[in-house]
Amino acid sequence: MSDVSERLYRKRRLINAWNLVASGACAAFGIFWLVWILWTTLKTGIAAMKPALFYEMTPPPGSDGGIANALFGSLVMSLGAILIGTPIGVAAGTYLAEFAKKRAIGEAIRFVNDILLSAPSIVLGLFVYTLVVRQTGHFSGYAGALALALIVLPVVVRTTDEMLQLVPSQMREAALSLGVPQWKVTLQVLYRSALPGIMTGILLALARISGETAPLLFTALNNQYWTNDLNSPMASVPVVIFQYAMSPYESWHSLAWAGAFVVTVFVLLLSVLSRAILLRNKVSND
Amino acid sequence: MTEAQFALSTPTPAAAAAATPANSELPKMAARKLDFFYNGFHALKNVSLDIAEKRVTALIGPSGCGKSTLLRIFNRIYSIYPKLEAKGEVMLDGENILDPKYPLNRLRSKVGMVFQKPVPFPMSIYDNIAYGIRHYEKLSRADMDIRVEQALRQGALWEEAKDKLKQSALGLSGGQQQRLCIARAVALKPEVILLDEPTSALDPIATGKIEQLVAELKEHFTIAIVTHNMQQAARCSDFTAFMYLGELIEFGATEMLFTKPTKKQTEDYITGRFG
Repeated sequence: MSDVSERLYRKRRLINAWNLVASGACAAFGIFWLVWILWTTLKTGIAAMKPALFYEMTPPPGSDGGIANALFGSLVMSLGAILIGTPIGVAAGTYLAEFAKKRAIGEAIRFVNDILLSAPSIVLGLFVYTLVVRQTGHFSGYAGALALALIVLPVVVRTTDEMLQLVPSQMREAALSLGVPQWKVTLQVLYRSALPGIMTGILLALARISGETAPLLFTALNNQYWTNDLNSPMASVPVVIFQYAMSPYESWHSLAWAGAFVVTVFVLLLSVLSRAILLRNKVSND
Repeated sequence: MTEAQFALSTPTPAAAAAATPANSELPKMAARKLDFFYNGFHALKNVSLDIAEKRVTALIGPSGCGKSTLLRIFNRIYSIYPKLEAKGEVMLDGENILDPKYPLNRLRSKVGMVFQKPVPFPMSIYDNIAYGIRHYEKLSRADMDIRVEQALRQGALWEEAKDKLKQSALGLSGGQQQRLCIARAVALKPEVILLDEPTSALDPIATGKIEQLVAELKEHFTIAIVTHNMQQAARCSDFTAFMYLGELIEFGATEMLFTKPTKKQTEDYITGRFG
């Protein structure tokens, strides 16, 4: 090897080593905070876990209790949001991918949807506050579910749109060339192909709304007691965490940590589940 | 050109002997003065071509010559995309399928298509075949079983698939998937089958099986095949059309076209001087 090429080679190795160390350090820096947050949540959360959490109501300061009413409220409102947001989102995403693919109207809707996707959730909360709470004159679980549905909607529109676009066009052509009409092809062939992706989108939307606080503060507010009535104010875990963590009481702090732990584990499970769905599909596609 | 074409499109003696008298009078499918536009781009120029019944007609030519475009007009699959326009006539048993009044449902049940990439539907092998049939016929469970078996046999896939009919079709190999796609098209009992580069994604062994299958299928079906592979056209077609830059340059019996091409461009292409 000549002197020059030797020097160039060494220089390249040096640059490579430096870049490797730098990118590794950046990754470690990011992960450090993440691990710290998770570790604190897990440690303090697990210490605060107790069975009563799941069957007692949120207590006044100084007395024992749980967050059963908040867990129930979160569950009901989140599922309500999924029930409202999913059908509309899937239908809209299908329209975008299958019927308005290269048309100006499709591009416009996609653009607006992307704005909605990144809109601060507090804005959505205020919107529903004006639209529902002010009109009906009281906070309610319905309003909370609606505000969360507005967060679910753009996520589902986007994933449905993208997952359907990932279906190879030859699959459409093959099905259409059998003489089957487009709506049947969409329902029976394309949805089947895109289903794992769409399911993942819905699960991730559920994960996202289960930690949302701002939209609920303006819509469902909070409730000290258990309620099955969606027409009344409802408690939710994020709002309870928010309220209790800000309080000066030690017992409330520990409940807030326990709530944070439960939500974190729930979100983690949803992520793992959605990963599993995607992965299983990938294997069977090979 | 038209005279030469007419002379060449007369079947070879062996083919003529096998053909019924009606066939020689009326081709199964025929393009008449066909023009095609992609968003204003003139992709097919005044193409007239006969597809003889129960024969294999191959369309060859360099990339972008319009051979796939021509094939995709024959079952109007192009019409699912905007800004595409076909002018002229494509006759199927004497009726113009480009006439908007010609029912798409009827056309697609008569003219099946198989694509370059094998695209089994994400369902079981059985359902892949039954899916199209269910759209046209209400069959009992037992009758459907028979039809599925029939189609898979015609697709030369029955022996390999009979024990896993309920399994996902995505688990089949590429070659098997393509035979499944052929079986799926055949299951509708079409009259014409369009094959758009059916082997270009397959290995030589799978390709050999598909070619053998094509030879068997032409006993019952009229076949038009687009291929990049000249040997393939020479091996499995009765008639060959050579296209270049959207025009039909030469059309005739495969043997003639490959041994005694009348046009310079055809000769250059089949001898590998351009393409």
